[in-house]
Amino acid sequence: MNYITLILGMALVTYAIRAAVFVLGERLPFPPIVRTALSFVPVTVLTAIIVPMTVSPHGNEAEITWRNPQLVAAIVAVIVCALTKRPLLTIAVSLAVFFVWQFAVLR
Amino acid sequence: MKATPAQRSTQTSGHALREFAAGARDTIPMMIGAAPFGVIFGTLVTASPLTLWHGQLMSLAVFAGSAQFIAVGLIASHASFAVVWATTLVVNLRHVLYSATLAPYVAHLPRRWRWALAGFLTDEVFAVAYAHYQKRAPGETGPHYFFGSGVSMYLNWQLWTLVGLVFGAAFPGLKSLGLDFAMVATFIAIIVPQLVAVRFVAAALASGVLSFAWQGWPYKLGLLAAVFVGVAVGMVLTLMENRPHAKHRLKNAKERTQ
Repeated sequence: MNYITLILGMALVTYAIRAAVFVLGERLPFPPIVRTALSFVPVTVLTAIIVPMTVSPHGNEAEITWRNPQLVAAIVAVIVCALTKRPLLTIAVSLAVFFVWQFAVLR
Repeated sequence: MKATPAQRSTQTSGHALREFAAGARDTIPMMIGAAPFGVIFGTLVTASPLTLWHGQLMSLAVFAGSAQFIAVGLIASHASFAVVWATTLVVNLRHVLYSATLAPYVAHLPRRWRWALAGFLTDEVFAVAYAHYQKRAPGETGPHYFFGSGVSMYLNWQLWTLVGLVFGAAFPGLKSLGLDFAMVATFIAIIVPQLVAVRFVAAALASGVLSFAWQGWPYKLGLLAAVFVGVAVGMVLTLMENRPHAKHRLKNAKERTQ
């Protein structure tokens, strides 16, 4: 198997999800409990992806210290986003903190 | 609210073109917003085992920002194909909510239109199309507004992916800068506004802590397991919230409608 198979498989999965309700319509059972479950998917998936990346950027070991630029900048991102609710500002400010931390504070 | 499905079948091609252009125009803010993500995705590809044209192929065929980001991260950490596909499925499941929301507005369209429009159903196109449909009765609008929004978003994503690929290839040192933090920042900007109630915070916390604790599992299976537990926590809290306070909530709902 190669990466083309991988990418086409991803495309198939994504398209099937998007087209199912449009094409099958009412024949697809869609109880409220499924809706409730789906509403938790975005926050849980995205959090599950970023927490290991920020808490242990070099592998399995936790680096809960001010010397971890990923963790510091992620905390800044959470605060900025909670206060302003502006995605691009959040990304810009936390990226700036990330680079400043890496190249100015820690050197 | 009395519009019949057949009502708009007499559309002229001029009208269709105007609708298409209106859809594309209303998508411009979203296109600007998605540009940095396209560039970041393209740049991440250059720092991964994928070749440049694999990156463009992914944007062309998958057309789903978050899933593409995650796939590149998973590929770089040597996850199995099955895990990449399963993660793609879980990450994109939110699109089921979108298509269920928009379904009443496309149900009257010919099947080929429904197949075509489904391919464009990203977060951004959903937001634009839904804002447009909300002002109209189901069955009243043609496919062209939605189509215009989708096509412009699609072309935009291809362009910025290409820019990122070229940029990343020109500056190969970007990886050592820790560019993947851009992905973390992007996801935080998506997550935080969704934490509108305790049950969402609890679900996210459970999933984040467990994902960290289980990151040693093979093929990144710990990530999927953490997501399932997180969703379960959210479900349990939703059920607990609905039960004892049912009367109270009903009263509140009544007050709100008055």
